[in-house]
Amino acid sequence: MAFPPNGHQCKHGFLGDDMATETTGAVTTATDAAAGLVTEATTTAGHAAKAAGNAGMPQLDFTTFGNQIFWLVVALVLIYLILSRVALPRIGGILAARQSTITKDIAAAEELKAKAAEAEKAYNQALVDARAEANRIVAEARAEIQKDLAAATAHADAEIAAKSAESERRIAEIREGAMASVTEVARDVAAEIVGALGGKADAKTVAAAVTARLKG
Amino acid sequence: MATEEHSEGLAFHPMDQFKIHPLFREIEPGTCVPDQGITDGCLKWYEVTNATLWMGLSILAIILVFVIGTRGRSIIPSRIQSIAELAYNFVHKMVEDVAGHEGVKFFPYIFSLFCFIVFANFLGLLPKSFATTSHIAVTAVLAVAVFLTVTIVGFVKNGTHFLGLFWVTSAPLPLRPVLAVIELISYFVRPVSHSIRLAGNVMAGHAVIKVFAAFAPLILISGMGFLVTPLSILAITAMYGLEVLVAFIQAYVFTILTCVYLKDALHPGH
Repeated sequence: MAFPPNGHQCKHGFLGDDMATETTGAVTTATDAAAGLVTEATTTAGHAAKAAGNAGMPQLDFTTFGNQIFWLVVALVLIYLILSRVALPRIGGILAARQSTITKDIAAAEELKAKAAEAEKAYNQALVDARAEANRIVAEARAEIQKDLAAATAHADAEIAAKSAESERRIAEIREGAMASVTEVARDVAAEIVGALGGKADAKTVAAAVTARLKG
Repeated sequence: MATEEHSEGLAFHPMDQFKIHPLFREIEPGTCVPDQGITDGCLKWYEVTNATLWMGLSILAIILVFVIGTRGRSIIPSRIQSIAELAYNFVHKMVEDVAGHEGVKFFPYIFSLFCFIVFANFLGLLPKSFATTSHIAVTAVLAVAVFLTVTIVGFVKNGTHFLGLFWVTSAPLPLRPVLAVIELISYFVRPVSHSIRLAGNVMAGHAVIKVFAAFAPLILISGMGFLVTPLSILAITAMYGLEVLVAFIQAYVFTILTCVYLKDALHPGH
């Protein structure tokens, strides 16, 4: 039972056609004397490494720490530079600009609101003025109408008075006429009666007697 | 027989998603065993890995939202600009409310941390992606950066008065040394909890999703799958929703704790 071939066999069996075979194979041929022992050692080492790689946590594989830390530091420095030089001032600027825009807009709105209030006040003032003016015009018109009305009334009154005076005069006239006719009739009737009774009365006496009677 | 089929068909590798590997080569097995002094094949510090790729994508996303999105500088913002402004206002208000007016000077620094975490968390939720913030090395650097910043600011601003943070003057005198020890320990535990909280949350959520995902193809193997597969898909959906919340909340928690620590540094009186 030869030791070296057996070792080779074992090694090949384990690593198969892996590239490692070439290198470790070279090692074994170089250290010709203790070839088997060396291969045995590398195999167990390989086993151990494989076992460690499979079972252990990759987080605790310290051979990767240097690499991870180096690249992490590179990444952090880059991120810090990108953010602090470019991104953060820009975002801060955007936010400040927006804030100032909002403040400005609010101020403008405030101003417009004041203007609107002023306009409303002016409008109300105009309305009040217009109303007063209207009232004044109405009052004026009313006064004028009143005056015309009074004049018309006075005119009508005067006319009515004149007409009634005229009527009264004519009534008086008529009454006068009637009175005179009555006196005449009374005189004639008296003279007739006296004549019929057989008396003799001259016109003069009869007239005097009738007049006296009429007065009495 | 059934168990054999299971072990053959269902592959449980919930942690494989966190593996870091170089993008342009394979690490040959056996070439990186630090315990035995074999480091030839190990990851070099400058190599571009999947973690690097996703950090780079985070940077690109940040540029997209905060630089290109705000290019219009419009008073009435576009959608992306609103997101940028929302984030700005959110963090700015947080810094001002928690750390006070003096803290606003540190706003770009805190905002950078917030952006990195929030973008890394959300990009990490994409299928097939890599969650940068699930790695303790990353969150530890973030937490230690905060710790150092806060400590240096505390001493520069307040001198030795900063040590008043540990000397609780409102407590009875005999208790003060005890409290000082406790305060000192809690002060140094801060970066530990600060970093493990973030990495732990992100990692746990992703791992749980992966475990459920491993159950999902059971329907192809056994009759049990008619029950298990819909359940696991439902569970993945639910977990994913929770992870979306966690992605934001953990970034928020990290940021607000940074603000709280900063407040302690600026105003060390209790």
